[in-house]
Amino acid sequence: MKYVLFAAVALMAAPLYAQNQQDLGQPLLEGGEVETIDEGEGLSGSVSFEGNLDDLGIAIPGFATDRDVATPANASGTAALGKELARVITSDLRNNGLFKPTGPDALPQPGFSEITAPNWPTWSNRGAEMLVHGYVRGRSDDRLTVGCYLYDMALQQELVREGWVVQPADWRRAAHKCADLIYARLTGESPFFDSRIAYIAETGPKDNRTKRLAIMDSDGANHRFITTGRSTALTPRYSPDYKQLVYLSYVDGNPRIYVYDIGTGRQTLITQSSNPTFAPRWSPDGRWILYSMAVGGNTDIYRVSARGGESQRLTDTPGIDIGGSYSPDGSQIVFESDRSGSQQIYIMNADGTGQRRLSFFGGRAATPEWSPRGDQIAFTHIAGNFNIAVMSPNGRNLRTLTNGWQDEAPTWAPNGRIIQFFRTERNSGKTGLWQVDLTGDNLRRLPTPVDASDPAWGPILP
Amino acid sequence: MNTRVATGLMLASTIALAACQKKAPEELPPPPTETPAPAPAPTGPAVGSQQHFVSAVGQENTVVYFDTDRFNIDAEDQSKLQRQAQYFSQYSQVTFTIEGHCDERGTRDYNLALGERRANAAKNYLVSIGIPANRIRTVSYGKERPVALGSNEAAWAQNRRAATITIG
Repeated sequence: MKYVLFAAVALMAAPLYAQNQQDLGQPLLEGGEVETIDEGEGLSGSVSFEGNLDDLGIAIPGFATDRDVATPANASGTAALGKELARVITSDLRNNGLFKPTGPDALPQPGFSEITAPNWPTWSNRGAEMLVHGYVRGRSDDRLTVGCYLYDMALQQELVREGWVVQPADWRRAAHKCADLIYARLTGESPFFDSRIAYIAETGPKDNRTKRLAIMDSDGANHRFITTGRSTALTPRYSPDYKQLVYLSYVDGNPRIYVYDIGTGRQTLITQSSNPTFAPRWSPDGRWILYSMAVGGNTDIYRVSARGGESQRLTDTPGIDIGGSYSPDGSQIVFESDRSGSQQIYIMNADGTGQRRLSFFGGRAATPEWSPRGDQIAFTHIAGNFNIAVMSPNGRNLRTLTNGWQDEAPTWAPNGRIIQFFRTERNSGKTGLWQVDLTGDNLRRLPTPVDASDPAWGPILP
Repeated sequence: MNTRVATGLMLASTIALAACQKKAPEELPPPPTETPAPAPAPTGPAVGSQQHFVSAVGQENTVVYFDTDRFNIDAEDQSKLQRQAQYFSQYSQVTFTIEGHCDERGTRDYNLALGERRANAAKNYLVSIGIPANRIRTVSYGKERPVALGSNEAAWAQNRRAATITIG
C-alpha cells in the first residue's frame, strides 16, 4: 500500500516536472490549451491479444478523482466528470467500429489509488482483454489534469500512459486524447479523434435552402454556427492551425472566397478581383491557399500566400480547372479538369508544371482529396450514381467505398484511415454527413443538428 | 422608377413655385383649346422591372436551357436571346443579370464553374448582337437554386438554365 501511494503521488506531481508542454496558441472556443504532461515512459511490452482487433474487448470504467470538487467543466463536480470522460472515450471507439468497448455505466468505479495499480480480480471476468483507467483532478487555477492508462489484462501490465492539462471547456479534448492514445497503441495507426470538422448546415425547402457555416468536434460535440444564414455559405476548409476558415459566401451577391479569422471574427476576400472565386483549399503547411476563379466564364486554379499578396495562376486551359488538393509534402497537387471533355482528375507540380491526367477508369471523377498519409487519393466517382472511391496516386487500384445515390466530396480523417463525405437523398434533397473506413466497412451517419453537407475534417488539433 | 419619382417631384415643385407668384399676369392666357385627353397614366409594370421585361418578351424567352454538362447556345437559345436583345435595345437604360444554374447531378464546385460558363455563354451571345457588356452582370448559383424539385430528367432539364433578370 505504501508503494502504491508513493507511485500515485509521484504521478500526480509530474506536472511540476513537465517537459513536453504543448502551446496550442489561440483558443478555438472558450477553451484553451492542452498541455501534455510528461509522465515518464510507460511500460511498452507487446500486446498479448492476437485476434481480430474488432473483437478486442476494452473495459472503460469511470475515471477516478482524488477529491470531488466543483469545476466549470460541468455542473456536478470532478467525480461525475470522470464518468463522463469514460463515456466519451467509449463512444469514440464504439461509433467508429473500433474494438468492443464497455463503458462506465456497466462497470464498477475504481478508486483513485487503483488507477496506477488496477484491482485485477475486479476486471478479470468481464470479457475484456484491455482495461482503461484514468483520473481527473481539479486544479487551483480551475484547469483540469486528466491521466489515461491502458492495461493488458492477460499480462497484468501497463501498455501506455499519458496525461494532459486542459481548460475546463476543453475537457472533452482530454477524453479524445485518451481515445487516440488507446487507438494508436493498439492499432499502430496515427490518432484522429482530437480534431474538428467544418461543414455546411442546411435547413429549409429544396428550392430555398438556408446554408450556414458550422464547426464541431470530430464526434459532433461543441457544435457552433459561424454564419447566420442570411447569405449562402459553401465549401469551408479549416486552416491546418485551426485559426482560420476559408469558405465561399454570397454575402455580396456573388460567389466569392473569404478567409474568416476564428479568433477575431473578421473576414477578408481572398483576392480583390471582382471575378467569382470557388473551391478554396489550404496547403498542408498552411502557407498557401488554392482557389479557383472564373474569368469570362473560364475557370482556372490559382494560388495565393495565406498572408495575402499577388496570386499566381497554376492552370491555363479553356476547360474548367477547379479544386485541388496538395500531397502531404506539398510538392504536388491533384485537381479536377474537364479539358478532355468531362470531369477527370489531373495531377501537377505545386508550381503548375507537369500537368497530366490520372483517372482513366470510365465515368467522371471529381473532387480529389489526397490522403494525409499520402498513399491514396479519395474522390467522387460519377458512373450513373455518385460514389466515394479511392485510387493510388498513380491513378491505379480504383476501389469504390460507398453505394449511395449521390455521395460526394470526400474528406480524410487526420490519420488517413476514415473518409467522411455527404450524402444527398433523391427527390427530397435532404443531406447528411457520413463516414466510411478505407476498407469500405463501418459506414455510418454522423449526427448533426440539421441537414449537413460539404464536410472538411481538419488535422489533429495543435 | 426613380426617374419617375424625380420627375413627379420636379412637377410638384414647379406648381408650388407658380403658386407663390403674387403679381397677376399682365396678359391673360389664351382660353383652353380642345385637346385630346391625355393618355392615362401607365398602370402596367415600370420599364426595366422584371414584370415589364417578362410581359414584353414572354416568360418562355427569359430563360435558355442547356444539355447535361453543356453550355453551348443553340438555335432555340439564339432566338430567345434575340428577343431579349430587342427589349434591351429598346430600353437602353436597363441593366440586367444573367444567372447560370445547373441540375443537382453534379459536384458542387464544378457546378459553380459550369453555371458561370452558362451565364457567360448567354452574355457573350447578347454582346455579339449588340448589347453592351457593361449592362450585363453574370452570377452562378451552381446547383443551389433549382426551380424544379424532382430528381428526374424532366426536372433536371428545367434546372440547367441561364435566366435573365432585370436590375429594376
